[in-house]
Amino acid sequence: MAKILWLIPILPLVAAAVTSLLRREQRRAAAGLAIGSMLLSFALSCASFASVLHEGKAAFNFDWLQFGDSSLKLGWVLDPLSASMVTMVTLVGLLIFIYSIGYMAHDENFTRFFCFLSLFAAAMLGLVIANSLLLLFICWELVGLASYLLIGFWYHKPSASAAAKKAFIVTRIGDVGFFIGLLWLYSQSGTLLFYDGGNGALETGGLSKLATTTTLAGMTVATAISLLIFCGAVGKSGQVPLHVWLPDAMEGPTPVSALIHAATMVAAGVFLVARVYPLLDLDPSGLLGRSTALIVVTWVGSITAIFAALIAVGQNDIKRILAYSTVSQLGFMMAGVGMGGPAVGMFHLMTHAFFKALLFLGAGSLIHGCHEEQDIARMGGLRKFMPITFATYAVGMMALSGVPLLFSGFWSKDEILHSASNWEPSRGPFMLLALGALLTAFYMTRQVCYVFFGKYRGEGTYFQPEGSVATHGVTPREPHESPPVMTWPLIVLAVGSVLIGFLGTPLWPWFQSFIEGHEVRLVHGLSLHVLAVMGLSTALVAIGITTGWWLYGRQPIESAQQPDALDLWNPAFFGAIRRRFLVDEFYDGTVVRLVSFLSRAADWLDRFVWGGLVSLIAWLVLGLSWIDRLIDEFIINLGFNKGSESFRESARYLSRFQNGRVQRYLRVLGLALTMLAFFFLWGCRT
Amino acid sequence: MSSPLAQYLIVSAALFSIGLAGALIRRNAVLVLIGIELMLNAANLNFIAFWRYGKNPQALAGIMFVIFSIAVAAAEAAVGLALIIAIYRHYKTTQVDKIDRMRG
Repeated sequence: MAKILWLIPILPLVAAAVTSLLRREQRRAAAGLAIGSMLLSFALSCASFASVLHEGKAAFNFDWLQFGDSSLKLGWVLDPLSASMVTMVTLVGLLIFIYSIGYMAHDENFTRFFCFLSLFAAAMLGLVIANSLLLLFICWELVGLASYLLIGFWYHKPSASAAAKKAFIVTRIGDVGFFIGLLWLYSQSGTLLFYDGGNGALETGGLSKLATTTTLAGMTVATAISLLIFCGAVGKSGQVPLHVWLPDAMEGPTPVSALIHAATMVAAGVFLVARVYPLLDLDPSGLLGRSTALIVVTWVGSITAIFAALIAVGQNDIKRILAYSTVSQLGFMMAGVGMGGPAVGMFHLMTHAFFKALLFLGAGSLIHGCHEEQDIARMGGLRKFMPITFATYAVGMMALSGVPLLFSGFWSKDEILHSASNWEPSRGPFMLLALGALLTAFYMTRQVCYVFFGKYRGEGTYFQPEGSVATHGVTPREPHESPPVMTWPLIVLAVGSVLIGFLGTPLWPWFQSFIEGHEVRLVHGLSLHVLAVMGLSTALVAIGITTGWWLYGRQPIESAQQPDALDLWNPAFFGAIRRRFLVDEFYDGTVVRLVSFLSRAADWLDRFVWGGLVSLIAWLVLGLSWIDRLIDEFIINLGFNKGSESFRESARYLSRFQNGRVQRYLRVLGLALTMLAFFFLWGCRT
Repeated sequence: MSSPLAQYLIVSAALFSIGLAGALIRRNAVLVLIGIELMLNAANLNFIAFWRYGKNPQALAGIMFVIFSIAVAAAEAAVGLALIIAIYRHYKTTQVDKIDRMRG
């Protein structure tokens, strides 16, 4: 199975290549290719998942580049981590592709959209199955490219193209660190393969070299490399301080937000950390037997979780709320990996992929139904207009909030809180994450109250369909339910969001055992500690939802202009979170300003110093050549003119002999002959 | 006049000189050609004379040369006359000093 694993990313890649050649009108072919290839990849993923269940880990490596004696190897690996990720990506991707047919139905660049989506899927699947940090990095950059293309899909909107650029540049900052870490790892361990029969960078053969050498400030090389690689994960997964690109990325079409900026690509950072976990976990010199790298990961994740959750409370754009929620949940995952190992973080990644894709697609359906309205203050009462969207959205909301027992988010988040409560170095992350969980429940309740309850607040505006003659007067903008091609993926995802949670309950932690590679066993009787954490998280969710309902649901919001309940309570705080703690402004004021100052300085240097030098030399050369010209014209030319003149003169004189008369020539010949004869005769005589 | 060879050579030299004078002085191209033929025949006469009074008069070397030479001269005369006709057709004259298109 490992040998044909490459087919999984290649199929969408071929689909992307073929789609890129299609004409704009061949919409059916484009969608068919993308969805067909994704379906095949999904089938292959299921097969590979089954083979992992039976046969365990398998890797396939091959030489890629040969330099002298050493060679650079690439390869792919089929282990529980990649198998579960590949299955999740293809399933969620497939549903989102199907949904896109409905969502993008009116877009003229439908084929281009599917081409980019397939390209993204290919790169993402390649990233997941990579058995080499280099291959992973290549695919990592490719998903970045696909993300750039798709955020800027409506490039004629200035905000979209700016957001695309921002996403690309901000993630690039992290990628630089990642790349340096990659090179360092190669120079230290001599291989970039993860698993290579005992010699890979993540196996004992490779790791033993890294743990002993120390570098700057007493850090081991392993820690330094881990932190550099983590930089890449921070950029891609939108962790503080590089989270600013992710909310702006919502300028892209909603299926893109769902697929790339919620379910798959942004989770790649978490996946990367889980993938190189043995490297992060290597150095036990941190606090209380925890490695320094993992402590950093945990703190960054926890701070991100609470920070983004706070900002999400103050947003009014439906997609921005979900974007900040995504950032916050990615923080949860990072903290989960940092404190409880890959299994804990990956479980939340899986459940989150389902319910966040569901929420984004639901948001897309809402936006579609409300005629491209994204402001939740202008929605309201949509429960009646869009019942299927409402039901599925409610499932997603409860899963994200972590409503106990039935919904997947509860189990995965509980797992993270549980490992946080056991974390010896500090109680801080536990507090932050608990508060983050409470805020999650709160902002989701606020959003749902705004969107689905009360009365519809967009009715005041009227809508004139384009091209229709105004005989019937103006048509009111009634919200409408989306077509089945959009609602079916919602339903499937909603079912998935509920069911996937049961793969990893504390009673039967199948998923965790699967990732960690040991036998699953049914736990009889939960410890008091586990029950206490579950009780606490239930209480947090209850408080969050109740407060949310108390503030926003108890009295229905009457008009779009009505100030937010929190705004009335504490305007200063609400202003701060509404303006996202001014992080963007802070970056504009510092980093962007510094860079633009530096670029202006460089421009000035170029223009006046280097440019001046260059033009000085140019003037010198010009002067020299002018002198050369004078010498040529007045000295050398004169000499040549005289010479040629004398040649001409002598030629004119000589040419007189050639008068064309044959007999004259003959006479000369005869005369010469006679003279020659006399000369010889005289010569013989003496 | 010690030997007949000298007499032959004197005749041949006279013949050559007459031919040369004709070739140099005459204006008519045909007569120039005749002068050239005379010079050629003077040379032929020289061949015969040197053969006849040379070391080995039994071998036919001299007369063979002359026969060849006469054959070549016939061909040459044909070419020369053809050239003269071509020139005449072109310039409507056979006066050699009128034909000076090749002057420098």
